[in-house]
Amino acid sequence: MDLQTFIALNKLYADYAATIDAEDWDGWSEYFVEDCEYKVQPRENFERGFPLATMWFISKGMLKDRAFGISETLFHDPYYQRHVVGAPRILSAENGEIHSEANYAVFRTKLNGESTVFNVGRYIDRIVQTDEGLKFKSRFCIYDSEMIANSLIYPV
Amino acid sequence: MNQVPEVFPKNPKWEGEGKSRIPFWAYTDSDIYKRELERLFYKNHWCYVGLEAEVPNPGDFKRTVIGERSVIMTRDLDGEINVIENVCAHRGMQFCRKRHGNAKEMVCPYHQWNYSLKGDLQGVPFLRGVKRDGQVQGGMPKEFKTKEHSLNKLKVATRGGVVFASFDHDIESFEDFLGPEILHYFDRLFNGRQLKILGYNRQRIPGNWKLMQENIKDPYHPGLLHTWFITYGLWRADNKSALRMDDQHRHAAMISTRGNAQTKNEVTTGITSFKESMEINDKRLLDIVHEDWWGEPTAVMMTIFPSVIFQQQVNSVSTRHIQPDGHGSFDFVWTHFGFEDDTPEMTQRRLIQANLFGPAGFVSADDGEVIEFSQSGFEQKPYHRALAELGGYDAENTEHMVTETLIRGMYEYWRKVMEI
Repeated sequence: MDLQTFIALNKLYADYAATIDAEDWDGWSEYFVEDCEYKVQPRENFERGFPLATMWFISKGMLKDRAFGISETLFHDPYYQRHVVGAPRILSAENGEIHSEANYAVFRTKLNGESTVFNVGRYIDRIVQTDEGLKFKSRFCIYDSEMIANSLIYPV
Repeated sequence: MNQVPEVFPKNPKWEGEGKSRIPFWAYTDSDIYKRELERLFYKNHWCYVGLEAEVPNPGDFKRTVIGERSVIMTRDLDGEINVIENVCAHRGMQFCRKRHGNAKEMVCPYHQWNYSLKGDLQGVPFLRGVKRDGQVQGGMPKEFKTKEHSLNKLKVATRGGVVFASFDHDIESFEDFLGPEILHYFDRLFNGRQLKILGYNRQRIPGNWKLMQENIKDPYHPGLLHTWFITYGLWRADNKSALRMDDQHRHAAMISTRGNAQTKNEVTTGITSFKESMEINDKRLLDIVHEDWWGEPTAVMMTIFPSVIFQQQVNSVSTRHIQPDGHGSFDFVWTHFGFEDDTPEMTQRRLIQANLFGPAGFVSADDGEVIEFSQSGFEQKPYHRALAELGGYDAENTEHMVTETLIRGMYEYWRKVMEI
């Protein structure tokens, strides 16, 4: 991988986290190609080969539907989200597709509440080069924090 | 002249004979909670343990709970299902720590007492002491008999691939426990087809466990809180529907048939959660295909008191296990499944529709949230009471959803068993 691509990859990870921490849900879907897959899945299901995910979207359209759901249809307690994402670990970069992973931790802060560790896991990504730069072909968020503190509303 | 009520009543009483005004202290009092565990979870009730498909092979086991007591479901080497309490007969250690696995026997690591998968004590190290210089040193007293020290074995009932258990061996049969009408809906879902596990979702909800039962006995809220339900006609007050209970009013089925989606009429007028112009970008989120086993209803939500909810909402089917943890918190474990003869397309459909449910579900993430805030309301003024008077004061089966009759039925039963 050339240095330029490596820098672009790091920027993609950082920008993605900043976008969802800013609650820009429409912006979130723009990090993906049209024919994409996004999954938030308990580690137990992932490791035991059970396909069920807590969120599973198989197109950019479904991501937009989630964005609409977050802002228009789901009642929930307001909270802030803050991502801390580790440096991407590159597994392969061949045929225009990068396979990389990164650990993440999401802190949640409710109004009048302390900041708590809400969701901890690993991104498993497939990233492709497009005219608009690097985008996710797929992003799997495989989380260790299998006992979710009530509800998970925002994307991870 | 002091009109301000005592906020924390010392000897709370349920005023009157009714079942429609539920005192807040029923959700906040720790002594009442312990009595619930005793009378509802540990005695005289069949509690949900899991699905046989979770332990398909001899030696497979799954650790779970009934109430707050840790139990293990095993498939023994004869292929039978057992449920044993996860407490070593020696020093009481909760020895099984894995959530699932496969083993030939159960061994407590502390002193290596080992048990068969049926829970029988097989061996005790140094049972007859240690021989040294021709002398026997120590060992268990000669009266000690291993067969008297098995693990606590629960009474087990399996039907249609679902496993229930009871600490109480004198309990009525599982079929009598459900009663014929609820059993009919149970058998509709678990009709003997081999189940296929799709996976789990787990959430910890900071609210009283009864609120989850009430949430699924409450057909009032889905067409109001859950925008998707009302907008796409999945659950609306004008859908053809029925509410059914067993004769003791503890279990219930809410039965509904999907109506005309996005039809604006008197039922949707004035309901702010109805979104006439809402369109989904990817229709696969609601790609509903009728299945023969449904018959007419597109949704049947069953509450089996006290421990489990069985969901069929269009093509998404799951069990939802209620695991209470103190008066103000419970864990809610979802097991989504399908059937062995599902096509790959049907499996994908079930998985995509699972986006509607669970801790992140379009129509159930908010159930956890409202339960949390109900509990907060109860905690701040336990002298007060909740009102469940939609449709009147009695508990009876109805042919519509504009009623809280199932909640009243549950509290009628709760008062009787709890002697409150």
